Amino acid sequence: MAILETRKLDKWFGGLHVTDNVDFALEKGEVHCLIGPNGAGKSTFFKLVLGEHTPSGGTILYDGEEITRAKPFERVRRGISVKFQVPGIFQALRVRQNLQIALQHHLEGAGLNEEIDRLLEFLKLKDAEKQLAGSLSHGQKQWLEIGMAIALKPKLLLLDEPTAGMTPDETHATGEMVKALNAEGVSVLAVEHDMAFVRQIAQKVTVLHFGKIFAQGTIDEIVADERVAAIYLGEVDA
Amino acid sequence: MSSRNSIISTFRLLEGPQTLGKGPGFWSAFAVVLILACIYPMFADGYDVGNNVYFFNWTFMALGLSLIWGYGGALSFGQTAFFGVAGYAYGVLTINLGDAYGLTFFSLLAAVGISALFAAVLGYFLFFGRISGVFLGIVTLSVTLVLERFMSQTAGPEWAIGSARLNGFNGMGGMPSLTIPWPGGDIVLYPDVTLYYMTLALLVIAYLALRMLVNSRMGNVLVAIRENPQRAEMLGYDIRRYQLGAFVIGSGLAGLSGVLYTAWGNYITPSSMGMSAAALPVVWVAVGGRSDLTTTLFGTLLVLAGFQYLTIYGSQYALVMMGFLLVVTILLAPSGIFITVGSLFSKGLRRRLARERA
Repeated sequence: MAILETRKLDKWFGGLHVTDNVDFALEKGEVHCLIGPNGAGKSTFFKLVLGEHTPSGGTILYDGEEITRAKPFERVRRGISVKFQVPGIFQALRVRQNLQIALQHHLEGAGLNEEIDRLLEFLKLKDAEKQLAGSLSHGQKQWLEIGMAIALKPKLLLLDEPTAGMTPDETHATGEMVKALNAEGVSVLAVEHDMAFVRQIAQKVTVLHFGKIFAQGTIDEIVADERVAAIYLGEVDA
Repeated sequence: MSSRNSIISTFRLLEGPQTLGKGPGFWSAFAVVLILACIYPMFADGYDVGNNVYFFNWTFMALGLSLIWGYGGALSFGQTAFFGVAGYAYGVLTINLGDAYGLTFFSLLAAVGISALFAAVLGYFLFFGRISGVFLGIVTLSVTLVLERFMSQTAGPEWAIGSARLNGFNGMGGMPSLTIPWPGGDIVLYPDVTLYYMTLALLVIAYLALRMLVNSRMGNVLVAIRENPQRAEMLGYDIRRYQLGAFVIGSGLAGLSGVLYTAWGNYITPSSMGMSAAALPVVWVAVGGRSDLTTTLFGTLLVLAGFQYLTIYGSQYALVMMGFLLVVTILLAPSGIFITVGSLFSKGLRRRLARERA
């Protein structure tokens, strides 16, 4: 069963058709990567799922229920969580407080502190807990935000270029984090450029081009597809 | 047992990540300052003590602005609107109801409630309409200026509510002072020692309650919204509700300032909602350090005292100096003078400064 589904999803910006009739499904427990050349409509699709954009047409279903018009925070409360491309953290607050704000919905007292400690361990940020989030390295900021996103115990995790600006080692460690989460049952939708990272995590890959689904399959099928290689080189008008 | 625990954990919020000062050192200093404030009337003339209540009257509006702006990140340039609404409401209510049976205190509560209700309605359209940044400042400033214009043209006899004449540009006077019902004769709180103690008590309560509020879960969410509203919303918080909550509480405090000022001087004018009046709270809060309640409180008292001194001895250029002070603060000490000067001496404050500049 699909945890996330879009039916005939459409988005126009003026005369620009940025999301064109997209029928998309993400199965429960799947790690699904969304790729495509610049301007393919990945970010718009992502924001439609988040609720930051309102679709011009079509529907979005989460866990079988329609969320097309739901507010972003309502989607989060249903079990969708997001990590943004630019690290969305609370810069002037300490690392520990960042996590506390994410966790204080459902935990308090000793339980809250235990969970913060567990997350700090998982994120390799135990030594940095008293630092200001703004003073972390770029990779650590990305991890902190992943930590805030998973603190909500989401069923569906959305990642917008989670490894942007990371070193190869950090990218690999991030991939392992994603796989560990997936093993716990979290479904993942990731927009990503780094093909090594996609290969590391993705069970399924969707290629967007000019707002439409251009190709879909395993990473090997996508890499072998000459049409996909061609659109990245700008040779095909879909 | 569990209720006792919850009381203890509530008081624990007096210290936390969102307030400067913790541990025995800070609370000893707090006690010393409080004792000094309490014994001050014994060494001063009752008339001067009463006059100096004036300074306390404004601090509530400043603390409220610190909550809305310093903690919540939403700059309201029109807190004087709530000051004025509550001041006029107190005047209208007390002139009609009189000062017997503790009705002045009922009027105080009702006037603060009216300003909070006004803030709730205005804030609903502002925050649920997703108005933020400079536009929030422009709209709130417009509201206070519109109210000033409106009240200025209420000079005619047709502008009366019950027996209370609004009196236009000249302002409304003749409302009673706060009056405590007492067997054997009501106690009228003229600007004197008793009013001083009552206002001081209210200030201590407001300061401590706000400390607990900003260190609570709600305070955590408020500073999260200030730092990154999108992230805060994507943690599942309906940020509009939190911003509205802070705005209503902060504006209620501005209303309390308005009532205390009106009851203190038995007088309120439209100019209390005008342009220069609206700008002053922003100066007090920015100069002291808006992101902390304690620096806001002392900054406000300091700037008010300086302003008073300049007004008496230099008259017209006092306002110009306030503008100059605001510009200098923003350029040289954007975190406020206390944190900036203190950081020369304290490592903790240096870290805090680095954090606010991050």
